[in-house]
Amino acid sequence: MAAKLQKVFTDPLSENNPITIQILGICSSLAVTTQLKTALVMAASLTIVTAGSNVVISLLRNTIPAKIRMIVEMVVVSVLVILADQFLRAYMFDVSRQLSVFVGLIITNCIVMGRLEAYALQNPPLPSLIDGLANGLGYSAVLVIVAVVRELLGSGKLLGYAVLPASYPANGLMLLAPGAFIVLGLLIWAQRSVTKHFETA
Amino acid sequence: MDLLSLAVRSIFIENILLSTFLGMCSFLAISKRIETAIGLGVAVTLVQFITVPVNWALKHFFLDPGALAWTGVPALAALDLSFLNFIVFIATIAALVQLVEMLLDRYFPPLYQALGIFLPLITVNCAILGGSLFMVERQYTFPETLVYGFASGAGWALAIIAMGAIRKKLRYSNIPPGLRGLGITMIVTGLMAMTFMLFSGINL
Repeated sequence: MAAKLQKVFTDPLSENNPITIQILGICSSLAVTTQLKTALVMAASLTIVTAGSNVVISLLRNTIPAKIRMIVEMVVVSVLVILADQFLRAYMFDVSRQLSVFVGLIITNCIVMGRLEAYALQNPPLPSLIDGLANGLGYSAVLVIVAVVRELLGSGKLLGYAVLPASYPANGLMLLAPGAFIVLGLLIWAQRSVTKHFETA
Repeated sequence: MDLLSLAVRSIFIENILLSTFLGMCSFLAISKRIETAIGLGVAVTLVQFITVPVNWALKHFFLDPGALAWTGVPALAALDLSFLNFIVFIATIAALVQLVEMLLDRYFPPLYQALGIFLPLITVNCAILGGSLFMVERQYTFPETLVYGFASGAGWALAIIAMGAIRKKLRYSNIPPGLRGLGITMIVTGLMAMTFMLFSGINL
């Protein structure tokens, strides 16, 4: 049992990472990674929402009629996202402004729905909680790596503190949309070369 | 002329996919073949054109602070329901997608056959919910909302169709194994985003 739970926890961190292998939740991973700070807040929000909705759906899994399960899932996720959004607005207003629509978009983040459909509907609450946390952390890991690269190369700072010497010419492209795509593309290349997860096409 | 300018901006300069990254999941999954890319592109444009204005109306007449004043009931007029935005928008989108599906099935069977499997997928396409949320954040008026709904959908369609065409060619190129599929698609999308940046500054 413990070994199984451990596998549930470690798999999504690298071998079966939600972003680089399962190709879920790409949108927000690109949009919020111009700075490490917004990336961290987004990662925490998504991890909490994924874990929370996994537990709730897992508890309800035997009572939800199969036909309307999508709607029930949407409602549970929406409620959790509204809570997260209101919390950020109340306590971290600046970050909430920077994240703009992307907190709301956790509702349609494929990681959340994907884990509910693929895991929480068939498993008891405890493994579902661990699965939700692990997938959230796998997502967070990618977010943090991309954000560190983009903020460091883009503005020479980390979390707003200057890290590189002032002589470093800031690469503005890293902060723009194309930089995000390319950094994530290269990260996927590196990660798949290590785990030997290759696509045929 | 402002509306035309807004349309150009939403399609090319602030392309919902290439500059705000919305709808990436279905973009990556469906762009393998150009025929399906066209199908999904058309479906997204259609649904976006319907849902954004409907959500605008819901927000304007029910959810905004004081929006319920038209009912004439003082207790309702003081309500601020804007915290319900997310849940109302996503429910509207799910319902409208279902409705569009049924209408197409009844009145335009060939189009329904062509779009068939893509319509249900659209509910969880973040470009659709994102369009509505941007409409709120940027405080568009109703005519602007109509134009924005159509243009953002069309911009998304343009991007996925272009990507479908590129991936058709990519199939014959020799790519390092780890980069195949997702990796190279991300990098090509990055290059595409860079070319779309050339449109910035165009103002009609």
